[in-house]
Amino acid sequence: MSIRAELKYKIMKDYGAPALMVLQDFKRRKPRPIPEAFGPPLESNKRLKEILSRHYFLSRYTPGVKKVAWVTSGAPVELLRAFDFYTIYPENHSALVGAKKQGADYCGIAEGSGFSQDLCSYARIDLGHMLSGKTPAGKLPKPDLLFCSNNICQTVLYWYKAIAHELNIPLIHFDAPFVTTEQTEADINYMAQQLQDMIPILERVSGRIFYLNIFEDILKRSMETSKTWGAILDAMKAQPAPMTIFDAFGHLAPIVSLRGLPVAQDYYHFLMDEIDTRVTQGIGAISDERYRLIWDNIAIWYKVRFLATFFAERKMNFVTATYTNAWAETTGYLDVKNPWTSMAKTYGQIILNNNLKHRLDLMKKMIKTYSVDGMVMHSTRSCKPYSVGQFDLRKTITADLDLPAVILDADIADERVWSEQQIHTRLEAFCETLEGSKHG
Amino acid sequence: MADLYFAGVDVGSLSTDVSIIDHSGKVLSEIVIPTGVNGSEAAEEAFGSALNLADLTREGITAITATGYGRASVAFATGKTTEISCHGVGAHQLFPRTGTVIDIGGQDSKVIQIDSHGRMLDFTMNDKCAAGTGRFLEVMANRLELDLDELSSPLNIKGESAPISSTCTVFAESEVISLLAKNTPREEIVHGLQRSIVNRIWSMVTSIGVEGEVTLTGGVAHNKGLVALLEEKLGLTLNIPENPQTVGALGGAHIARRAYQSNLESPTN
Repeated sequence: MSIRAELKYKIMKDYGAPALMVLQDFKRRKPRPIPEAFGPPLESNKRLKEILSRHYFLSRYTPGVKKVAWVTSGAPVELLRAFDFYTIYPENHSALVGAKKQGADYCGIAEGSGFSQDLCSYARIDLGHMLSGKTPAGKLPKPDLLFCSNNICQTVLYWYKAIAHELNIPLIHFDAPFVTTEQTEADINYMAQQLQDMIPILERVSGRIFYLNIFEDILKRSMETSKTWGAILDAMKAQPAPMTIFDAFGHLAPIVSLRGLPVAQDYYHFLMDEIDTRVTQGIGAISDERYRLIWDNIAIWYKVRFLATFFAERKMNFVTATYTNAWAETTGYLDVKNPWTSMAKTYGQIILNNNLKHRLDLMKKMIKTYSVDGMVMHSTRSCKPYSVGQFDLRKTITADLDLPAVILDADIADERVWSEQQIHTRLEAFCETLEGSKHG
Repeated sequence: MADLYFAGVDVGSLSTDVSIIDHSGKVLSEIVIPTGVNGSEAAEEAFGSALNLADLTREGITAITATGYGRASVAFATGKTTEISCHGVGAHQLFPRTGTVIDIGGQDSKVIQIDSHGRMLDFTMNDKCAAGTGRFLEVMANRLELDLDELSSPLNIKGESAPISSTCTVFAESEVISLLAKNTPREEIVHGLQRSIVNRIWSMVTSIGVEGEVTLTGGVAHNKGLVALLEEKLGLTLNIPENPQTVGALGGAHIARRAYQSNLESPTN
């Protein structure tokens, strides 16, 4: 670790990043007018933007100071935090590229190198970034370590293998057996053992020693943060709901990519306070909430604003989603006294690693507790584990709960898959069904 | 009470259809013209012709529902509704016991479940590809140098059919080209194409389920061979409207009529 690099990192952290925030604030154009259909915007949006900009900005000063790990969204990152890795989440970065409507450019770079168009767009964008160095975040550091888990999909393993091969760096894979009925003792022990086996490798790559007490503190912080995130989502049971799920897609970023760090913990307390105030004062995310909806699957990042406006104008608000819930659903299993087995339970049972019956029961429960009137399912080309089974889920849920539903065929970050006219007709027809079912 | 008239204008991707009804629901005129490149001009033209046919003036129409892909371009409409709802209502008017509507339109196909009032309960549509739609048949008719009527001649459903495996219109066209190159009889290819569409429709029907009588709408309902295959696959007899292309427009006209009548009944008016 060079003193010069460390000094530079410290200066950037203490002075550079705050200066950047002031500059960004100054440069920010006049805020876009908020359509009438929406309630007042969340104050927390500004803070969120600052945290994320700062995280990406500081990452470029990490060489020589901190080891960098690229991590998948479902990986047990708490363990890496004990070694002070600077973590970058390619999925989060790809979502950012998608939201900026640049997904097709990055995907094109990966496709030009021979990666199939059928591959997940998060993967293609990330590979496109790795191959070209392009990023809307300015500059990202090269990883020293790759850390993935197949608890979200099998693709991540092959995607990270491609990066490991290209950059010649170590890859740690956390293998989470799929939960076909329920987790077995053997599964839990198998995963707990893997986590402990990772310690010597992480010590070698990071040059730091593992201290159990540091790890336990991180775990405690992670638990507490996820619990706050869960409470924020719970607050959306209020009528009107204090935010829309489209807001939550954005506010999800820290729990995914900064989990276990004080910055995420503090942020969610801040957001919780604001949400609580809104609930107490009866402030809704949309001006006139008449219908409440559930969203299934990952966001369509390049169409978040379009969808938010489309529904808000029709007095419809998304109040819950399986996607945002994923970072609150299983963290209740975390237990500082049994760190290894409790992490195995938490990370082994997340929604995409769990069976369809589990998902059906979960969705039915969410529909009831959030007073949901209709369901929108995004069938995404990129994420097969999330999209397979949606037709069956839809059929059962519509029949059992008499709930109107629609499936949108799109993609998370590759905007070439979006077909505006077709989606529009489907959405309008869905709204007609919904209005008919409530008033008919 | 003065006579009241209502119209539905369905601007689809291939055809623009207009239906005019009176207050009792009696059909006074129906028109089908190609949409061409300008949906709003097609709507004007078709509406004008339908008015002439019914011997009415534009001012005489109380309310007009626009539907179809070009519904936003119908400036003279008093309301807009998706073609999915319109097909449901239209099919219900023609065949009141309809529980399921299969609409095979120009650029998409859909299966719609409706209640005993014709209100949509649930629907499913094909994904972005045009396979399984009227456009698919049009492309293939062109390739086979047959007109759509020839393509729809009734076939022996037990007859041979050439395998058309592709789920993509463009690739299916390449398959047809290679079948023609192998001197496969055109009847077999036609049969294969019809089977291919029926299979696509079948998967949509199974995803949503069949309730009550099944009514087939959209121009493809003219294709007798396809209807026979679909009936065989579903194991039931389909209701086929006399003018399957105007069912959406008819539904639109009825929606306009219902909206007007419920407004009259509403205590605020």
